[in-house]
Amino acid sequence: MAYLVALRAIVLREALRFVSQRSRLLAAWVRPLVWLVVFAAGFRAALGLSIIPPYQTYITYEVYIVPGLCGMIQLFNGMQSSLSLVYDQEMGSMRLLLTSPLPRWWLLFCKLLAGVAVSLLQVYVFLAIAAGFGIALPPSGYVFAFPVLILTGLMLGALGLLISSTIKQLENFAGVMNFVIFPMFFMSSALYPLWKMAESSPLLRDICAVNPFTHAVELLRFAMYGQLNITALIWVALAFVCFMAGSLFGYDPARGMRRKGPRA
Amino acid sequence: MSTLTLSHVSYRYGAKLALDDVSFSLEKGRFCAFLGPNGAGKSTLFSLLTRLLVTREGSISVAGHDLARAPRAALAKIGVVFQQQTLDLDMTVMQNLRYFAALQGLSGKAAQRNIDAALDRLQMRERSGEKARSLNGGHRRRMEIARALIHAPEVLMLDEATVGLDTASRQAITSHVHDLADSGLLVFWATHLVDEIRAGDDVVVLNKGRVLAHDTAASLAGDGALIDAFIRMTTTQQEPA
Repeated sequence: MAYLVALRAIVLREALRFVSQRSRLLAAWVRPLVWLVVFAAGFRAALGLSIIPPYQTYITYEVYIVPGLCGMIQLFNGMQSSLSLVYDQEMGSMRLLLTSPLPRWWLLFCKLLAGVAVSLLQVYVFLAIAAGFGIALPPSGYVFAFPVLILTGLMLGALGLLISSTIKQLENFAGVMNFVIFPMFFMSSALYPLWKMAESSPLLRDICAVNPFTHAVELLRFAMYGQLNITALIWVALAFVCFMAGSLFGYDPARGMRRKGPRA
Repeated sequence: MSTLTLSHVSYRYGAKLALDDVSFSLEKGRFCAFLGPNGAGKSTLFSLLTRLLVTREGSISVAGHDLARAPRAALAKIGVVFQQQTLDLDMTVMQNLRYFAALQGLSGKAAQRNIDAALDRLQMRERSGEKARSLNGGHRRRMEIARALIHAPEVLMLDEATVGLDTASRQAITSHVHDLADSGLLVFWATHLVDEIRAGDDVVVLNKGRVLAHDTAASLAGDGALIDAFIRMTTTQQEPA
């Protein structure tokens, strides 16, 4: 019972913070919409797509990038959550959380689930707006995507958690944008299929193929069309386990809350 | 039985020894000032007591629960006020208190009863809907103290709780916390400000990671002032081997 009480409180707090930060709320929806409406319109003419699974017919580029943009929302949200964790560490509220009598792994998992809940809200609002632009999924796709979005959200959130356990100052967070978010997003199948990438660089294609974000996007893409991509599922699940294990190690009190020297 | 017992606690940051064989016991209903100059190891010990760091050498017991073996039971008996402010300024007073109660596993009527008691103690019931940001420094601190008591702990630990406050707020808070000790709580008050300590208070003096003295303030001061005794003790101590 105490576990669920804490989970509810942490999720509510995260949701409250998200809603009260209007610029974050706006950015979460405007960013993928710009990609969908502006970027995709330009790319549509330049990039020809053949019929590739899970699609059973030719699709427009806008349809192709929808799963990638959902992944992008979760990727940014995961990093935003880790940014707020670093902020919490600097401001001291993380100490309050970690001195709760509940187990630390549960508290961190609650933080993770809170981030996932916020990302689900963002993704479904984005999908509704996309449908308004005529880019809709099969009705069952919205349902099948739900459990996958939870898993991909957990994986990307755990990555954010891992990063937050290694960053000592808020100022260092800009590096995360350059060295984590952009490479993960651009070196994936979010914007172009891997066979298209192989045409220009087989090496780049291989790098994209081991990027967990690629598998998150593909898992989502297949689920949106009622199919299960087992390989992608295994990749995402494994990545989640690794990132979560790394996070728990990073926040292990036996190592100190964060690596640091004596303060006093 | 002692409410808080430290037995041969040492802690290192790499090669640097921050705490060196620290041992003492404290009883409930006492106000214990944990006195030491900057760099004495107070914050390290505070982190060990709140399990932000884990004890590698020695043991810590809170209300009969070993902090290493039974951390949940031990932490449930501790209320903490950190030196850094830990309120969420964008949440209301009530939301902050409810959030903390939930982190302690309290919900429903039990949580609300304790929160109402905390607000009454602060005389802030009518301000419960205000954002924490709107409170002044003294009120924020008092609210953090009240919040730390929501789950009815046996030990209240405060780390330099009056830093950054004006004189009136400092006096109000030290007086409030002394009252809490009189009501049966063990108050563990880390500070480097000697004027916050009363003659009957227990004092543990820490310097360079070692306990130099543990007695009442009156005994440590002798015929002179506590500040003089404190300076004498901390300036004549030899470097640890």
